[in-house]
Amino acid sequence: MTSVLRLTVNGRPRADAVADNVLLVDYLRDVAGLTGTKQGCDGGECGACTVLVDDSPRLACITLAVRCAGRRVETVEGLTKGGRLSRLQRAFHEKLGSQCGFCTPGMIMASEALLRRDPDPDDDAIRDALGGNICRCTGYVKIIESVRAAARMEEPA
Amino acid sequence: MHGLPEFHLLHPATVAEAVAMGQEEPGARFVAGGTDLLVNMRRLIAAPPTLIDLTDVAEMREITVEDGTLVVGAAATLAELAADPRVRRTWPVLATAAGTVAGPTHRQVATVGGNLCLDTRCIYYNQSEWWRWANDYCLKERGEVCHVAPGAPRCWAAFSGDLAPAALVMGAEAVVAGPDGARTMPLDDLYGDDGATPFRLGAGELLTAIRVPDPGGLRGDYAKSRVRGAIDFPLAGVAVALRRDGDHLADLRVALTATNVRPDLVTGTETLLHGPLDDDRLSALERLVGKQIQPMRSTVTSSQYRRRVAAALLRRLVAGLFAAE
Repeated sequence: MTSVLRLTVNGRPRADAVADNVLLVDYLRDVAGLTGTKQGCDGGECGACTVLVDDSPRLACITLAVRCAGRRVETVEGLTKGGRLSRLQRAFHEKLGSQCGFCTPGMIMASEALLRRDPDPDDDAIRDALGGNICRCTGYVKIIESVRAAARMEEPA
Repeated sequence: MHGLPEFHLLHPATVAEAVAMGQEEPGARFVAGGTDLLVNMRRLIAAPPTLIDLTDVAEMREITVEDGTLVVGAAATLAELAADPRVRRTWPVLATAAGTVAGPTHRQVATVGGNLCLDTRCIYYNQSEWWRWANDYCLKERGEVCHVAPGAPRCWAAFSGDLAPAALVMGAEAVVAGPDGARTMPLDDLYGDDGATPFRLGAGELLTAIRVPDPGGLRGDYAKSRVRGAIDFPLAGVAVALRRDGDHLADLRVALTATNVRPDLVTGTETLLHGPLDDDRLSALERLVGKQIQPMRSTVTSSQYRRRVAAALLRRLVAGLFAAE
């Protein structure tokens, strides 16, 4: 069945006709045109499609779009304000937390969720929060350093 | 992966509405977090015409303590159970087990009921449609042969939920609602012994809560082995609860997951009570568990590996709990 889905994506209210079986990742990429959210394993195993729903991390490839009705959805595109990178985006860039870049949007959104609930996480908390996000390039050390560095930075005004 | 097959999503607000919808819609399935069912649907293992979404059923989301008994709604998330201060203080084994299911993002939506009613898993079942077609499917789904044990007229897919063994050693009961009303039964009775039909739930019935009694002096812990420690399903999981009286074991309960077609509470542990926990007793316990554990070639690792890792986890848990007092 198709119904009108009303929600907020990156701060902007939207209303779209969406069928019950549409996944959040397909809605974001194909309907909203936000291709920053990556489709990796497509089965909830790799974390590349991680987005925020009401500040909490979600795997968009196993989330039904209609279940986000009335909620605030945020993707990696929403972190950039007026063309300026957020502290996490800047830290991943400066600390080499991103190599091929495919896992990076998911890594950054999972890290964003962590920093919102725990502004000063230790390494164990960072490892726990990113446990479901898989990266084949970095070996994870640079990613953890990036999150630690971002926690010490100010968000751009 | 395929897109999801078409279905109609219903949003009941109460258990009564959910049960009524289940009766009206033939072939409907209940869904909560969807972290397992939606993946199976994308593999075209299941294609229910209707999904009944339990996430807005407020009465199923509560975690309460009533006269010392913990009542956990089936739609409470694993993250909520793992973080609940009352659970962490009085029933820590449940928080430990819930906190190790899958990865942190799954646990934000995956539920207690979903993990207790997790479909059984097997390397011949949890595969793409193309892969399963190329292997003539299997006994659990569309096929005629169990590829794990081709001579056996039954399915050997393993139950792989983490919460069930922890709840079993703490003596949990299952609360089930259905067309004939609600009933409460020992959690053990929820599980059958065939991987193809793992749950003893009647048509239109759903698990609404579990009830876990006051532990008294019983202390429990849970540990498991998996390929990737941060995210995978268990290869073998062991829950232990024991009570110590001076230097003696006064109570001992052991339950297994991911090794058998059901979460099995090991029988006969009472023969090991009323003595000190020495190496003879640990070896006797290991032999007892060894007779009841049944890992088959249903995972990427060998049966022998899962047998050995379960024995190692068992020893570590029992010794740790005994020494902790």
